[in-house]
Amino acid sequence: MTKGKVIGVNGNMISVRVDGEVALNEVGYVVLGDKKLKSEVIRIQGDRAEMQVFEMTGGTGINDEVEFSGELLAVSLGPGLLGKVYDGLQNPLPELAERLGFFLDRGVYLEALESEQRWRFTPKVNKGDKVRQGDTLGTVPEGIFDHRVMVPFNFLGEYTVDWVIDEGDYTVHEKVATVTDAKGGKHEVTMAFEWPVKRPIKVYSERLRPEEQMVTKVRLIDTFIPVALGGTYCIPGPFGAGKTVLQQITSRNAEVDIVIIAACGERAGEVVETLREFPELNDPRTGRTLMERTVIICNTSSMPVAAREASVYTAVTIAEYYRQMGLKVLLLADSTSRWAQAMREMSGRLEEIPGEEAFPAYLESVIAAFYERAGRVRLHDGSIGSVTIGGTVSPAGGNFEEPVTQATLKVVGAFHGLSRERSDARKYPAIDPLESWSKYEGAVEPNATEYARGIVFRGDEIDQMMKVVGEEGTSLEDYLVYLKGQFMDSVYLQQNAFDEVDRAVSVERQQHVFRVMMQILVSRFSVESKEEARHYFNELRQKFLDYNGAEWMSDDFKSLETELEQMISERDAGADERGEKLLKSLTTEHSHA
Amino acid sequence: MRKVYSKIEAISGNVITVTASGVRYSELAVVSSRHGDSLAEVIRLSEDQVALQVFTGGRGISTGDEVRFVGHPMQISFSDNLLGRIFDGSGRPRDNGPPLEENMIEIGTPSVNPSMRIIPRNMIRTNIPMIDLFNTLVESQKLPIFSVSGEPYNPLLARIAMQAEVDMIILGGIGLKYDDYLFFRDTLEEGGAMSRTIFFVHTASDPVVESLLVPDVSLAVAERFALKGKKVLVLLTDMTNFADSLKEIAITMEQVPSNRGYPGDLYSQLAARYEKAVDFEGAGSITTLAATTMPGDDVTHPVPDNTGYITEGQYYLRGGRIEPFGSLSRLKQLVNDKTRPDHRAVMDGMIKLYAAYKESLEKKSMGFRMADWDNKLLKYGEMFEDQMMDLSVNIALEEALDRGWSILAECFDAAETGLRTELLKQYWPHKEETA
Ligand SMILES: Nc1ncnc2c1ncn2[C@@H]1O[C@H](COP(=O)(O)OP(=O)(O)O)[C@@H](O)[C@H]1O
Ligand SMILES: [Mg+2]
Repeated sequence: MTKGKVIGVNGNMISVRVDGEVALNEVGYVVLGDKKLKSEVIRIQGDRAEMQVFEMTGGTGINDEVEFSGELLAVSLGPGLLGKVYDGLQNPLPELAERLGFFLDRGVYLEALESEQRWRFTPKVNKGDKVRQGDTLGTVPEGIFDHRVMVPFNFLGEYTVDWVIDEGDYTVHEKVATVTDAKGGKHEVTMAFEWPVKRPIKVYSERLRPEEQMVTKVRLIDTFIPVALGGTYCIPGPFGAGKTVLQQITSRNAEVDIVIIAACGERAGEVVETLREFPELNDPRTGRTLMERTVIICNTSSMPVAAREASVYTAVTIAEYYRQMGLKVLLLADSTSRWAQAMREMSGRLEEIPGEEAFPAYLESVIAAFYERAGRVRLHDGSIGSVTIGGTVSPAGGNFEEPVTQATLKVVGAFHGLSRERSDARKYPAIDPLESWSKYEGAVEPNATEYARGIVFRGDEIDQMMKVVGEEGTSLEDYLVYLKGQFMDSVYLQQNAFDEVDRAVSVERQQHVFRVMMQILVSRFSVESKEEARHYFNELRQKFLDYNGAEWMSDDFKSLETELEQMISERDAGADERGEKLLKSLTTEHSHA
Repeated sequence: MRKVYSKIEAISGNVITVTASGVRYSELAVVSSRHGDSLAEVIRLSEDQVALQVFTGGRGISTGDEVRFVGHPMQISFSDNLLGRIFDGSGRPRDNGPPLEENMIEIGTPSVNPSMRIIPRNMIRTNIPMIDLFNTLVESQKLPIFSVSGEPYNPLLARIAMQAEVDMIILGGIGLKYDDYLFFRDTLEEGGAMSRTIFFVHTASDPVVESLLVPDVSLAVAERFALKGKKVLVLLTDMTNFADSLKEIAITMEQVPSNRGYPGDLYSQLAARYEKAVDFEGAGSITTLAATTMPGDDVTHPVPDNTGYITEGQYYLRGGRIEPFGSLSRLKQLVNDKTRPDHRAVMDGMIKLYAAYKESLEKKSMGFRMADWDNKLLKYGEMFEDQMMDLSVNIALEEALDRGWSILAECFDAAETGLRTELLKQYWPHKEETA
């Protein structure tokens, strides 16, 4: 193996003189007494390599030895990933704690997959079968899923199955099959293998358009700015606007099979909430705990910065791995800005020519390549899997005109921008309903949602005007639009994350409730005065909020709906032609599936 | 004895370069000059060139001064003897007590394993209604006090130090004005709190670089006490000075600045300190309050901005009061359901009405007609500011809640408050009591 000597130390970057071949992204270890510090090659010039060290570098010195591994930075893939809590380099954190106690002492690396655990393996191929990368050799049950044991993704070309083990209980390191390549070479296969994190897994027949909705159960998102399975979206917002809470809600309620949470460079305390609560919370769809469908990659703000850079790749690689099993995977990264900052720190140490705000010139292409790893694909066996990526962005000063937000907006399919104004007013989720957009199709007729958004927009304009001319100077007609805008904001756009019922609203219910609300939005109400109008809308709102709080299709729900319909018809003075048409289009059961 | 180097190759700002071998990254050295000894830390190694930041600054250092490497990184003595003592940023006594050299510990310890953290659960009472009632401080929380210079953030910190229910206090002064330092010392002495306090004080007249050590020294000591079961409150003032020292070194080292001259790792540097706040299961805890002055009252300035992303909320100090808007304790919901049944409702209700008061005030200033409701709000707003927001108000949470109800009753009819009927039944004061 190649060796080297340290010739420079600058923060978490070391310069090394090497005595042989090295590869970009190759892993090496700085030898420091009885400790070895994991590092990755990030630049090579002649016999000089620059490496980012995934640990604090205090105590390293000139001429310290460096051992290269010959391997690229990789993660272990196999059964047992679900429910795990890893750091950015796939070190299992609870196991580290068992060994080290409270603190993350450097230089200790544990196996990512439990080597003792036995999995019930059922073979799916026979001797003589032809197989290629990604094909299923057998399955093991992992929680509620059939985990596919596949031909490793780095096996290129066609192979013939030589031998496959009988059904039984085996560990991830036991040989379960042997295959022969075209030249007669024999290869052993176990249930686990490694894959370099910075290389996308592309073992599928074709990439499909992301045309199926990913339901988040947040009304504002699903109805107005939907996300698609295999699509990408971003949540930029100033601090305290609700990015993390929104992702926490989504990690619980999203209609997907598996959720990968990448806590990247933010507070450790927030991950703890997930860590402690998920094992207790039931997933209503499966009856099992949420933890059983979740993997947490946790490289919080005080953990080593280089490992933060790696953590998003670790997360997306695990996401791609489960996509190979025909599953719907959601990756939530909080925050991609911290990942970009990790790149910036390293770029500065490499003395690269800086771009805007000192971010490296390749920032855009790296962000694009990351989101490009999302996608909905048809696998070789015809089944369909997807990786959906949602990333938060933490723009400096809350200003979206900064490099990370801008680079992200260029590549994502939906933008959920959080506004300080809305979060200050405690209007949650504080997504700006006017600025945000989505290129994906949602569950409600787009013409109708456009109409509804128009009311919010006009209502907002009228509100601004009223601040100048006062209520007296506003026409009753305008005032009604203003009230409708306010009404829709409080009963549909805002959603109570702490209410048992309101916190997760099915698409079916959204479609239903949206139609009821539209009756109000399109109606020309007969009211005599602003006072009367305000009073009426206050009552409507109160009733609608109760309605939102009632269990779907319960007796309570139905009777509240009847009361609402009654209140509407008492004042209803008909709708204009466009409104009439839209209402009709909603009654003819609109749904994408 | 280790080798002494007597040739300094370069001096630039507070950074010197020497040619030396066998030196380790982050190692400490002593630079001896005519003006005395100074500590210095290795911040870059390149072949045999060693760059060090000199904690007393580069001023007056000559190329012929001696540099002696000590073979270990920065350390501080740790024992109960620290209590009641006052040190500078490098751990030298500032009082007349003896220097401490036993049981030296390293500063800048590794981070806590996230899976060992627990969900915060204990309120820390301060008897300041704007904190206890509206933005409860929680054990293990990290919170900055965002403030314009000139605001009384140091008196506020001193008061919290005196009143907070904790076992001990560590005060880290960073660029502290000498008067403020004396103020802290005298206040704690007079209040009889000195024996449970440790000071690490860097004053505005001390060399800038030395301030860089203050947070790490304070937090390393806090961590040890917390591991021994103590509930420690760490007060840092002012973290903007700390960030400015980072900036100064970064510029000297010719790092490309990312935003208004601050280095690209400002976020990570601040986070490494703030994330030390923790509750050790089965032992003690660290809670951190840090004054952060906002240059130009601009919360988007890189220091408050990065801080806001790291900390668990913030207290805004403006016009001598803690602002109800903008201030946020992200952890309050973990504790304020266990205090008194009306806590959350009073908190939400009073803030909503105060927001309405602000709107009426604006309408009034624009010359619009004041309705009955507006006049009620105007009365309420003034009472709220005088009897709740004023920093001189010093009452326990329960008394503050009672006071809240009596303010509401004096200004509104019960139904106008928007509070739930069951609560009104239980807590709404009877007329004769408020008359
Ligand atoms: N949907 C929500 N419902 C209720 N409160 C919320 C919601 N979103 C955010 N908050 C409040 O705002 C605080 C900050 O939210 P957080 O998600 O941590 O912000 P960010 O990640 O954008 O900095 C939370 O602690 C909570 O008090
Ligand atoms: Mg957040």
